[in-house]
Amino acid sequence: MAECHPVGFQWVMEAKARGATVIHVDPRFTRTSAVSDVYVPIRAGADIAFVGGLINYVLQNERYFRDYVVAYTNAATILTEEFADTEDLDGVFSGLNTEERYYDFDTWRYQGAEVKPASGEHTDPDARQSHAGAGQSNGDRRRQAIRGNLRRAGRGEAHGSGGAAAHPKPDTDETLQHPRCVFQVLKRHFARYTPELVEKVAGVPQDQFARVCRLITENSGRDRTTAFVYSLGWTQHTVGVQYIRTAAILQALLGNMGRPGGGILALRGHASIQGSTDIPTLFDLLPGYLPMPYADGNDSLADYVRAESVQSGFWANTREYLVSLLKAWWGDAATAGNDFCYDYLPRLTGSHSTYETVLAQLDGTCKGYFLYGQNPAVGSANARMQRLGMANLDWLVVRDLVMIESATWWKDGPEIQTGEMRTEDIGTEVFFLPVAAHTEKSGSFTNTQRLLQWHHQAVEPAGDARSDLQFTYELGRRIRAKLAASQAGADQPILDLTWDYPTTGELAEPDADAVLAEINGHGPDGQPLTSYTQLAADGSTACGCWIYCGVRAEGINQAARRRPWQEQSWVAPDWGWAWPANRRVLYNRASADPQGKPWSERKALVWWDADLGTWTGPDVPDFVADRPPEYRPPDGATGVAAISGSHPFIMQADGKAWLFAPAGLVDGPLPAHYEPQESPFRNIVYGQQHNPVRQLIRHPEDRFQPSGSQPGSDVFPYVTTTYRLTEHHTAGGMSRFLPYLSELQPEMFCEVSPQLAAERGLEHLGWATIITARAAIEARVLVTERIRPLEIQGRILHQVGLPWHWGPNGYTTGDAANELAHLALDPNVHIQEDKAMACDIQPGRRPRGPALRTLVRAYQDRAGITDTTGTEM
Amino acid sequence: MGTTSPATTRNLFEQETGLTSGPGLDPSAVAGYPDHPPRVGFFTDTSVCIGCKACEVACKEWNNVPEDGLVLTGMSYDNTADLSASTWRHVAFIEQPAADGDGDLRWLMASNVCKHCSQAACLDVCPTGALMRTEFGTVVVQDDICNGCGYCVSACPFGVIGRSETDGGAHKCTLCYDRIGDGLMPACAKACPTESIQFGPLDELRERAHQRVADLHTAGQPDARLYGADPADGIGGAGAMFLLLDEPEVYGLPPDPVVTTRDLPRMWRHAATAAGSIIAAVVVACAGGRR
Repeated sequence: MAECHPVGFQWVMEAKARGATVIHVDPRFTRTSAVSDVYVPIRAGADIAFVGGLINYVLQNERYFRDYVVAYTNAATILTEEFADTEDLDGVFSGLNTEERYYDFDTWRYQGAEVKPASGEHTDPDARQSHAGAGQSNGDRRRQAIRGNLRRAGRGEAHGSGGAAAHPKPDTDETLQHPRCVFQVLKRHFARYTPELVEKVAGVPQDQFARVCRLITENSGRDRTTAFVYSLGWTQHTVGVQYIRTAAILQALLGNMGRPGGGILALRGHASIQGSTDIPTLFDLLPGYLPMPYADGNDSLADYVRAESVQSGFWANTREYLVSLLKAWWGDAATAGNDFCYDYLPRLTGSHSTYETVLAQLDGTCKGYFLYGQNPAVGSANARMQRLGMANLDWLVVRDLVMIESATWWKDGPEIQTGEMRTEDIGTEVFFLPVAAHTEKSGSFTNTQRLLQWHHQAVEPAGDARSDLQFTYELGRRIRAKLAASQAGADQPILDLTWDYPTTGELAEPDADAVLAEINGHGPDGQPLTSYTQLAADGSTACGCWIYCGVRAEGINQAARRRPWQEQSWVAPDWGWAWPANRRVLYNRASADPQGKPWSERKALVWWDADLGTWTGPDVPDFVADRPPEYRPPDGATGVAAISGSHPFIMQADGKAWLFAPAGLVDGPLPAHYEPQESPFRNIVYGQQHNPVRQLIRHPEDRFQPSGSQPGSDVFPYVTTTYRLTEHHTAGGMSRFLPYLSELQPEMFCEVSPQLAAERGLEHLGWATIITARAAIEARVLVTERIRPLEIQGRILHQVGLPWHWGPNGYTTGDAANELAHLALDPNVHIQEDKAMACDIQPGRRPRGPALRTLVRAYQDRAGITDTTGTEM
Repeated sequence: MGTTSPATTRNLFEQETGLTSGPGLDPSAVAGYPDHPPRVGFFTDTSVCIGCKACEVACKEWNNVPEDGLVLTGMSYDNTADLSASTWRHVAFIEQPAADGDGDLRWLMASNVCKHCSQAACLDVCPTGALMRTEFGTVVVQDDICNGCGYCVSACPFGVIGRSETDGGAHKCTLCYDRIGDGLMPACAKACPTESIQFGPLDELRERAHQRVADLHTAGQPDARLYGADPADGIGGAGAMFLLLDEPEVYGLPPDPVVTTRDLPRMWRHAATAAGSIIAAVVVACAGGRR
């Protein structure tokens, strides 16, 4: 965190100054480790084993927060008899379709009066069919194919927290003794994650592991809370989402959710990544975590609402949220008579993530590409495939501050150097458009705390530079002008859009505040809304993103508030604005006990005031304001009325924190340690080597390596992980071109231990070539004890550290680490696994010209790599 | 800018005593600012430095200090290497390998800067008056007066000052004279995310520094110590003090810095005595010759 988020890290240092213990777990000793109380080296790709070990410690030693666990988690919930765990099936869960490689969720269910899912019907179009059964008809197979596509599309992010598809009133056993209650299932599931196993799999010595167990449990409970902070070291794996799930289980067991000083904090790759999922740049989401309609099962607005909303909790208002969004987009054209233009929304037919887009470029179906501040030619996994894809486009628009590699690969990229491409053969028409920097435009950043902070334009953009807002608005205007006379149905969604923003300044930039007003929404009188609870399903309200409703309450830009901390409470509600409803801690009802009293004075945040009949406290209560703790919903209650007064997790159908996730994840209701796609080690936790439903992009340019005990695995004996340095920013567009930053880290390097340097003959400050089945890159060598050899499964493992900032352009240049990465993806969110790969490293520079590809092919041959290597389930 | 003109008054004290200042003396008053603001400086607490180098970049941005070369030094993450005419803040990275090869790896980071000595040799040796003491007690090079002789470079006991190869002049930290005159914090301190670099009145900083050392000792860090905080040291105390976690040498700092002009008066006295003796001997010899 000190490495990549030095500004945010000031608060960790502040906490440390106030007595907090800082534990840092990382494959390499970083600037964060340097100021932490405890540093724990770990094998890249083994965190589920490590955190799973912590869960096992908490369960075996009864260190969980029992009152919290019983009241606020689904520990007591009883699962169906049909559910089978990895314990029963040697590493896979029940419902695995081995042919199509996806999980049926039918068996991951609560036992209750109704076995049928409460919602999310479309996600199980054939839920009533026996799964993977014999004697399938053509119809069965077609449904199965649709289902596979749907699984592959992932629905993990839909509903934000995975609120769908759990029955609100399942059978429970509050003694936690029932053999099929979640608590007992969890206990059995994690029993094998012993300190001995953690040591063998993750390389964390038992005494060090015991220390971490002690520190975390001693700092959790009524009076104390522990927070987890993670970044892309946790997400970029074929089991990335399950990494975070493991932490979620641990934090729920320890009572560290919804309480001050607790939680799991996601540090993002750059500014406003949180904002770009809230108002998404993702293919599978609409604003506010509404799922993008799917081609099968979301035919009409009513179908969508039936399939995507839930019976209880705030997701029961899905119709209100979607209709208000449609009204914001299509205004007067959206009427009850035309389903509020619901049919104007595109429909998904499968996964269309960035990597499928590259495949579509390669096969010629994707012909145009916009890059807004993105540099895939060096910044995306398997960078070579990205360039090959772009070379097959008709047109490419690159909007950036500087001439990044994605704008120039056609004349000086690596494939030009190797002779594989010639500029004159490339048909892609490339447009480069200079952009305004954040100082040259107004707008908001949304940070990891869901806090919107407004930034004001300081100067007009120089030269031809314009904001992305201006470009997009102008592009829309020109397209609409061209289509103005069109009667074609396909053009109507564009012609009917509300597309009339006022402009400001000498360059006539669209007014960002007007966009914020559209996002905030307005009522029938045109006045700004103050809360999403005002949203209506009848088309009388418009709101561009329901969770942001209120950001411009009273017509005031709440995100621009900057009252100093000295002038307000410690929660600082008047600094910026946090969604939803300016709440700073989500689910903060959990900071009080079931009766509504704080668990402890020290950790009080919100509580029930019986005299006033309301929830109160320094934070905005994340609960129905006047709902008493003793309220129990009557039978048949739905929506918000169905939220119990003692269930804090109001977005979940059952109001509970999920130790066991009955829905929302496509690769298992519980985390399990699987080896990375490419690993020098066999999985000793289960017979199953990899995440069985990981997503594999199979292409001749994306060959996978053998793993574990497979022949050829020893050709790639080391583990490599990519990371960032404080001095540079992501793919380098904002740092490699600046002298003051370039001089601080002037060359691409690799970090190796003295032991690996001796083993491979690598010299400090000399050159090394790092090789995978995709590519070979060169880097200067830094020999350092900050990279420590680990003992894994009884043998020494060396890890190679690779910063990924470099590329051929700029003031400091070097090979891009992303050349090495493959496209085995997390099946929930389609993120690549470049935080744990297997590689070889050799002294000296890489070959030039055609010899470079010859070297890579030689490695493929030596390892016996074919188109099926690494693709087994 | 100041309350009096330093260029004309700075040598009065020197002419009378042979010193620019002395232990316990107020350098601004000595330099001829009878009515001056409190002396200000830096307290750099290296125990909370995270090595982000924001200080280096902020300093260069504000002061227009040029980039000075893309050199991978191999000295941990330190590619700046040293203070110089083109580096006025420098973050040192020191990797201390574990003695037993197990566990206690330590990575020290420390942002170094001009010490703005109470007794500043650079000031003493400058023949043009380009180096001056400001009303804030800091030491600043005036670019338009510096003739590039380089005496200050060899006079500095810390190796802080360097001569620019482009303009030939001597350059170093000004403690952001132009910012503090406007009531702003120096750029490095402003940019530091963890308050490793603290700016303020020197007396307050010294108090804070002593308190911080005491706190760290209590917290089980017996290695914590102050550097440059003692007005009785060889430079009369620094205007930029440091909290270190190891011996100064580990950070590339001289353990017992002495103002290099300390012995000049005595040397001149010896020289004068010697010259006098020679003259006397010559006179005697001549007188003897007449006989």
